Amino acid sequence: MNKIKSLDDLRKMKQNMAGDLSIREKSTNPEKMIQIRVAMATCGIAAGARGVMNAFVEKIEKDKIPAIVTQTGCMGFCYAEPTVEVRIPGKDPVVFGHVDAAKVEEIVDKYIVKGELIDGILPVSFQTIEEHENK
Amino acid sequence: MAEYKNYILVCGGTGCRASRSSELVEELNKQLKIYQLENDAKVLTTGCFGFCEKGPNVKIIPDNTFYTRVKPEDAEEIVKEHILKGRKVQRLLYLDPDTNKHISDDKHMEFYKKQVRIALRNCGFIDPENIKESIERDGYAALGKVLTELTPEQTIDIILKSGLRGRGGAGFPTGKKWAIASKSVAKPKYVICNADEGDPGAFMDRSILEGDPHSVLEAMAICGYCIGAEHGLIYVRAEYPLAIHRLQVAIKQAREYGLLGNDIMGSGFNFDVELRYGAGAFVCGEETALIHSMEGKRGEPTLKPPFPAVHGYLGQPSNVNNVETFANVPIIILKGADWFSSIGTATSKGTKVFALAGKINNVGLIEVPMGTTLREVIFDIGGGMKNGKKFKAVQTGGPSGGCLTEKHLDVPIDYDNLKAAGSIMGSGGMIVMDEDNCMVAVAKFYLEFIVGESCGKCSPCRIGNMRMLEILTKICDGKGTMDDLYELRDLAHVIKDTALCGLGQTSPNPVLSTLDNFWDEYVAHVRDHKCPAGVCKNLMEYHIDPAICVGCGACQRNCPADAISGEKRAPHTIDQSKCIKCGTCREKCKFGAISIQ
Amino acid sequence: MDLIKLTIDNVPVEVEPGTTILKAAEKVGIKIPTLCYMELPDVGVINNPGACRMCVVDIGGPRLFPACATTCTPNMVVKTNSPRVLNARRTVMQLILSDHPADCLLCAKNDDCELRKLAAEMGVHELPFVENCKQSHYKKSTSPSINRDQDKCIMCRRCETMCNEVESVGAIGAINRGFNAVVATAFERPLVDSNCVFCGQCVAVCPTGALTEVNNNPEVLEAIADPTKTVIVETAPSIRAALGEEFGLEPGTLVTGKMVAALRRIGFDYVFDTDFAADMTIMEEGSELVDRLTRVAKGDKSVKLPLFTSCCPAWVNFCENEYPEMLDNLSTAKSPMEMFGPVAKSMYADKLGIKRENLVVVSVMPCVAKKFERQRPEFSKDGDSDVNIVITTRELARLIKINNIDFKSLPDEDFDAPMGESTGGAVIFGNTGGVMEAAVRVAYELVTGKKPEKVEFDEVRGFEGVRMATIDFAGTPVNVAVAHELRNARKLVEMVKSGKYNLAACEVMACPGGCIGGAGQPFHHGDSNILIARHNAIYREDENKKCRRSNENKQLAEVYKEFLGKPLAGRAHELLHTRYFDRHRI
Repeated sequence: MNKIKSLDDLRKMKQNMAGDLSIREKSTNPEKMIQIRVAMATCGIAAGARGVMNAFVEKIEKDKIPAIVTQTGCMGFCYAEPTVEVRIPGKDPVVFGHVDAAKVEEIVDKYIVKGELIDGILPVSFQTIEEHENK
Repeated sequence: MAEYKNYILVCGGTGCRASRSSELVEELNKQLKIYQLENDAKVLTTGCFGFCEKGPNVKIIPDNTFYTRVKPEDAEEIVKEHILKGRKVQRLLYLDPDTNKHISDDKHMEFYKKQVRIALRNCGFIDPENIKESIERDGYAALGKVLTELTPEQTIDIILKSGLRGRGGAGFPTGKKWAIASKSVAKPKYVICNADEGDPGAFMDRSILEGDPHSVLEAMAICGYCIGAEHGLIYVRAEYPLAIHRLQVAIKQAREYGLLGNDIMGSGFNFDVELRYGAGAFVCGEETALIHSMEGKRGEPTLKPPFPAVHGYLGQPSNVNNVETFANVPIIILKGADWFSSIGTATSKGTKVFALAGKINNVGLIEVPMGTTLREVIFDIGGGMKNGKKFKAVQTGGPSGGCLTEKHLDVPIDYDNLKAAGSIMGSGGMIVMDEDNCMVAVAKFYLEFIVGESCGKCSPCRIGNMRMLEILTKICDGKGTMDDLYELRDLAHVIKDTALCGLGQTSPNPVLSTLDNFWDEYVAHVRDHKCPAGVCKNLMEYHIDPAICVGCGACQRNCPADAISGEKRAPHTIDQSKCIKCGTCREKCKFGAISIQ
Repeated sequence: MDLIKLTIDNVPVEVEPGTTILKAAEKVGIKIPTLCYMELPDVGVINNPGACRMCVVDIGGPRLFPACATTCTPNMVVKTNSPRVLNARRTVMQLILSDHPADCLLCAKNDDCELRKLAAEMGVHELPFVENCKQSHYKKSTSPSINRDQDKCIMCRRCETMCNEVESVGAIGAINRGFNAVVATAFERPLVDSNCVFCGQCVAVCPTGALTEVNNNPEVLEAIADPTKTVIVETAPSIRAALGEEFGLEPGTLVTGKMVAALRRIGFDYVFDTDFAADMTIMEEGSELVDRLTRVAKGDKSVKLPLFTSCCPAWVNFCENEYPEMLDNLSTAKSPMEMFGPVAKSMYADKLGIKRENLVVVSVMPCVAKKFERQRPEFSKDGDSDVNIVITTRELARLIKINNIDFKSLPDEDFDAPMGESTGGAVIFGNTGGVMEAAVRVAYELVTGKKPEKVEFDEVRGFEGVRMATIDFAGTPVNVAVAHELRNARKLVEMVKSGKYNLAACEVMACPGGCIGGAGQPFHHGDSNILIARHNAIYREDENKKCRRSNENKQLAEVYKEFLGKPLAGRAHELLHTRYFDRHRI
């Protein structure tokens, strides 16, 4: 791996990474990859996020779903931990709260496979910096 | 594949449920059936939209129509008009208070999203253990900009103009702090990140370190460039193993990419970061105490001046900022001082992260622009009071803060307003209390914490807080006098006046603010020997109402103190001299015959 | 720099930049009460943690500030007696008293307690807090030298400053949190299990009864009351320059004659002078120095230089604990007290025709480390210590009072012979630099064979932490160094170890200013003028002596001739020299 030796290097690297990086790294046809992000901060882990992450990994392997599972930090929804964000290419990301093993099955079977929304969605209750700017 | 044409998302947050959102869901399903649309539309219950003020909220997708104040009676119209005919129900759309026009879709009413994520911008978006995801979201771009395009003076100027103030509690202007440290001539200098989050219930900094460690590293390097330091130290509590792990990974990756180390991005600037582990003493959040702790000395504050900017770690000039403060820095550099200072109030710019907890529906980590009111935070974002109880008080600023009441709910949150109201911003703990909380007991709880966490260096904090605790204990035991109340107030003022460091100077805040705002409750304890909230055990008695008691014996069987007697099928009685006020009898009574008096 | 103008209680004051409010107030006759604050500027000691909050003043603004640690700023308006300040100060005093045992009548420090005095001055006679409010309790502990009753600790941190900064020993520090915070050893273990060197400077500065010396007066009274015992006493050089303070005399008043008279009236059978033994120490140590220098000159590589003095027992403890590799540099000559003991118990006991065990040797010392030194096993014979009891200057004062003696009206009396004569060289042992100066006075003659032209060697005098001097031994320059306070001893040892300094001899005394600032002396209560007055008195006593070089002590010459033989040899070697032990911990 090359060191970043200038601001240009950094910018180039950022350009190269446009799109979904984890997918790019792990898949040959990233545009079809589904991304499942499990909030793995201490609070999420305490609420069972690690089990949820493992359940997703097993489930997508078993069902041969073109998805990758990664960890991320706290999404802030402490009242609904463990929380998981699912990004299906071409669709808005969806966050699910109170995820457990049964919910993992449901998310994969219904939302990911059939594209059907299910109970337990957490509406995005905040603005990103960009949204705030464009207000 | 059974893909629905429409989804009707009904807020299932507790606030909306209290306004009959469950009934609404039932009614919507019923109407879908009546109009035979079950296969076209599906009703879903979601988490809280954070707009409880106008709840119950309903969102229809795919057209993102947002209805507010929807009643079960409105279900038919929604199904008939919107789902069947594709016509929006105008009267249920949100009415923009400024233009008085209906707003049809949620994209144009972003302001219902009261939170703005600046410090938390990457938390929950990136994999914190993958530096590339950080770079993809502009990680280290601010550092690159500073190193290649700006002088230290220009950079400090941006931070100064942005109006960023320290997020650790006291709210000292960050740019000013950097400017002072940059003027110290002695070398080496140190950049210190205070990650010793000690307020009970607060976890803002931990979440940032766990979710976005690179922003903190980047900001420290920027600070190092500004003040002329090559060494960064993060004082993180050892109780945060995951944060430590993620920091370690982040530091390793940043070094590998040449974003920490020598000659960063070809600028000739060197900077590296080391971790230091704290044992979790509350007082070590105070910067001089923190520095002593890092030096291997007892974690206790020393008098300022000299300030760390002149005489800090190992006697060298040091700049100490808290995690959240640092997390704001890179984005300010990228977006500019004007952008940042456009958010917030006259004296407090940007946003603040709060750990919202207590008797509230949506406990969580939130970030709101300065100037958001407590009411918006508690009743919208927080989803209102749990179990429909009455709001009583909100405690901000942790053990050093105060309890604010109903009358403060519309105060826009910023450093100065909270201080004027008798509390402090603190690091961002926010605990909501309801009618079941006894404010005397709350003050006592915080003092217990302070008595345990005071370093014991100065007499007012070491002994004074214990004496206040004793008086509060006496009051909670029903043995207090009116003189005790006056003594408590006097003692609190003296401790505030005379304690050595910020911990001691603010430790009487919970006492003073409850004395000010809940004087009647104190008086009730002292004069009437009653705890209105029914919390103080020595001030309450359990009684069995003979008119309701059927003599089932459940209470008698479960009483651990053998305090209940009575013949079968005849009313039972409680022997007050034996009762330990555990409340088991009341829980076990199926007839509601047992009450607290 | 321009002077800073401010007003204190409406009185205008002009001070140098950097002056504290406390000092500025003193200038205009305003005495702000202090408790934790203590400063001995002449010996570089300062304790101003701003911890007690007794000296808070109002300088405007939202809170009060400690006068001891807040510097004056231009146009400052200071109020030291506004109702807000007085109420705060009174409440702080009440708080401290509420966590302090009220056994003042029985407290070892009752008459010397700064807390009690201040409370009395402030007229605090009641506590407004919850009845029977909680007090903190800690393990009490004792040691050969120091008693600790930390229930009485007010966290002024003076002891900690002395132990950690001034003496660089670090045996004690604040432990626990909140209400339970207290200054203690690690894990509250006994001092003997810590790296304490028993210098006792913690005791010397403690404002309350938390730290006190072990009281050995009962043993003295018991010995005197025992008809089978002959009880003799020796008094160290610096006692005579300080004892008067305990009887209301001006600091620096020399009370040698009255002291001897008082000791006789107390009932000691014979009253001797440790100064006599100090002259003996100089003979031995001076000879040892000359011997080492000679052997080095002959190419003997096994000889260690510089030679460090060994008369300060706290320094010896420190060296054994911290620098075992330097033990061969320590002079094998015992301290004067430990030379006096065995000579008295052999030569003098024989002279009196009594058995060794029936002779009780009592030492009056300015020092609490001497109590520790006394009980070292190497300073005893068949289980009988060479010195049986050590009492401090303060204990002696109490002993005089117990015995109904009106000290001030006593006549001057002389020490008994044969261990009562002394020279000026012995007297100055009480001051930092004194041992070195006394040694030079003699060594010069031993080396060159002629008397030095001058008696006073100002080069080694003063209060500088480490002082270096080159003495011209008739053409041969000899480098010497003097350190007082163990932080400076540490500095000096490190300098020696660096190999950059060609030193022949080094003197170390643990206490600020030397023995005159010893932990057994009357309390200075933070007034360094007292130390200076004692210091000057010692040199005055030296000037008044007929003989000022130890080798001119006629009684001592007799003792060598009749009993000891020659320095370093025979009986002198057997009785007057010792060895040291590696006590390095960790």
